[in-house]
Amino acid sequence: MTDPTAPAAAVGVSVDSWGALRRHTAARIALGRSGASLPTRAALEFELAHAQARDAVLTPLDAGALCAALEADGWTTLRVHSRAPDRAAYLARPDWGRRLDADSATALVAPADPPDLVLVLSDGLSAVALQRHAPPLLRALRPLLPAGLRLGPLVVATQARVALADEVAERLGARVAVSVIGERPGLSSPDSLGLYLTYEPRVGRHDAERNCISNIRPQGLACEAAAQQLAALLQAALNLRCSGVALRFDPAQALPGPSL
Amino acid sequence: MSFTSRIGLRSHVFGDLRELLAKASPERSGDRLAGIAAADREERAAAKLALADLPLRVLLERPPIPYETDEVSRLICDTHDDDAFAPVRHMTVGELRDWLLSDHADGETLRRLAPGLTPEMAAAASKLMRNQDLILAARKCRVVTRFRNTLGLQGRLAVRLQPNHPTDDPKGIAASILDGLLYGAGDAVIGVNPATDEPARLLTLWRLLDELIARFDIPTQSCVLTHVTRQIEAMERGAPVDLVFQSIGGTEALNRSFGIDLALLGEARQAALALGRGSLGDNVMYFETGQGSALSANAHHGVDQQTLEARAYAVARAYSPLLVNTVVGFIGPEYLYDGKQITRAALEDHFCGKLLGLPMGVDVCYTNHAEADQDDMDNLLLLLGAAGVNYIMGVPGADDIMLNYQSTSFHDALYLRRALTLRHAPEFEDWLRRMGIVDQAGQLREAGAAVPALTAFAEAVA
Repeated sequence: MTDPTAPAAAVGVSVDSWGALRRHTAARIALGRSGASLPTRAALEFELAHAQARDAVLTPLDAGALCAALEADGWTTLRVHSRAPDRAAYLARPDWGRRLDADSATALVAPADPPDLVLVLSDGLSAVALQRHAPPLLRALRPLLPAGLRLGPLVVATQARVALADEVAERLGARVAVSVIGERPGLSSPDSLGLYLTYEPRVGRHDAERNCISNIRPQGLACEAAAQQLAALLQAALNLRCSGVALRFDPAQALPGPSL
Repeated sequence: MSFTSRIGLRSHVFGDLRELLAKASPERSGDRLAGIAAADREERAAAKLALADLPLRVLLERPPIPYETDEVSRLICDTHDDDAFAPVRHMTVGELRDWLLSDHADGETLRRLAPGLTPEMAAAASKLMRNQDLILAARKCRVVTRFRNTLGLQGRLAVRLQPNHPTDDPKGIAASILDGLLYGAGDAVIGVNPATDEPARLLTLWRLLDELIARFDIPTQSCVLTHVTRQIEAMERGAPVDLVFQSIGGTEALNRSFGIDLALLGEARQAALALGRGSLGDNVMYFETGQGSALSANAHHGVDQQTLEARAYAVARAYSPLLVNTVVGFIGPEYLYDGKQITRAALEDHFCGKLLGLPMGVDVCYTNHAEADQDDMDNLLLLLGAAGVNYIMGVPGADDIMLNYQSTSFHDALYLRRALTLRHAPEFEDWLRRMGIVDQAGQLREAGAAVPALTAFAEAVA
């Protein structure tokens, strides 16, 4: 946000004399006023922040471009879609976003040697976040994965909620699912990514059975730090054979663990 | 017991009361998500016609959630005042709507009627009302409450100052409080939603608010909106607690998911009363509610979200609260999809709460995944102001940086005061005048004389 004292010269704007307090909080204080109303600058800055957040919610994932970027990094990818046909349905029906559509479900078959880990890259409420941060996050994660870990294909999921990863991983026979998902945008954070890890994922798992690492974006938790936390969390879940409340694990306190 | 409505050659049959209430409810995504909404517009209209002919006493005799299985149903039934019910006992739901809107029902009549109405009656009547009906009927109901000031008087509007901070930094919170006070906000309560529930950090917040209110002799009250058990523990250890806060809902199962029951709320209220911190009155409770919470906790028993919300008000009124507000747009588009649904729900909640005798405020708000924007909130604010809402929220620049949603700003309150000529709570207005923050007419002054002292306080916070 630019300095709200900037339009001081504008006719009719009352400037708030306590602007120095802004160094204590990111809250929108000391905005000044035009009569009873917000000064033009402050009103338009708010509108811009909301526009970015709304665009993040409504812009569809370019799954083709994301897969191409990931494959260029050497990953194998697979695309699935939830039962929510479009964004409007996705927003109104969270239950649809948690389940695979018929074609996707049939396409997912467990291999002879099922993977230990499946990463499900989901658009969630901010496709922008996934589009921007998934490739660097995964590049940072690759060298930190336990030696010998069998990794399934990267599953790119559209109109997807966190729990969609349960069904994907269950069908692929994976021990652990990690949903890499765009978080609900805040006014100043349109591109925040979240990670949800679930041990022995299957349809019907509750949120209390997952561990979460959130606020992954340049101004929040950096991709490298998030990858380290996820690697440590994954190691703990594999060692203790559980996740969620039962795991009692604070990734922020953790360092990368020993190999599998 | 089934209900039938004949429309031309088509007969619409509603299997039970829950189905009738749900299908008569105006369109909202949450009832669709629950699979209980009317299939189409004609079915909804038919349900309203059938509901209009339903005798009120049936709603009393057949609670949508059985007496035996739900303590909220027991509370509603056991505290029903049959004498107060007498004037409307013989009426149908449709007749109640007509009567509420008629000139026979003035403020005093409605005040006496409140203990005779159940939440299901209020909810049923609201389903037959248009937005303008909800506004005019609610406007007749004045609910006045007191702790250190007087809230809910005619022609007055109060604001909850909501100075949240993502890490509960006391200096950051103090900065937002100062901003709000200098914009004339804070008469309903200065209430912080803490990010943590660590007792030592909560105590820091209670002390900060207590020192501020004492130092500047502000005729208002404070609240730290943590779980009720944390507040009881804090009071036991001598924390300066003014109001006790809790989120509540309209079913026993939902309240359990919040970690509370009716007995715990009673215990908390007794503890707050024992502190005797209110100088003008003993309304010591602050409750928040919101349509959709029961469905999201899978505690809805197949009852529509608006009826369940009204049942939450039956819980609230058992504890004589100072403040009750519905956090109407916070829950997200799977319950209230867009600005139209949020607006409708806010007017319903305000009407039902007021009719049941509660000091209703509304958190006029939305999230970034809802199909809503600032213009929707501007419109809703004006409608609620016209309906006589007791208070609204005040968040710096409408942007709550801890809870990550958009509520109303200090400027929004100024807009509503100007548009509808609404003044602050009287004791608070006197204080603002003494501090040089507002002039004789209650309008903000150019440069408040209070700025240096309040700024110094905020800077000195450790």
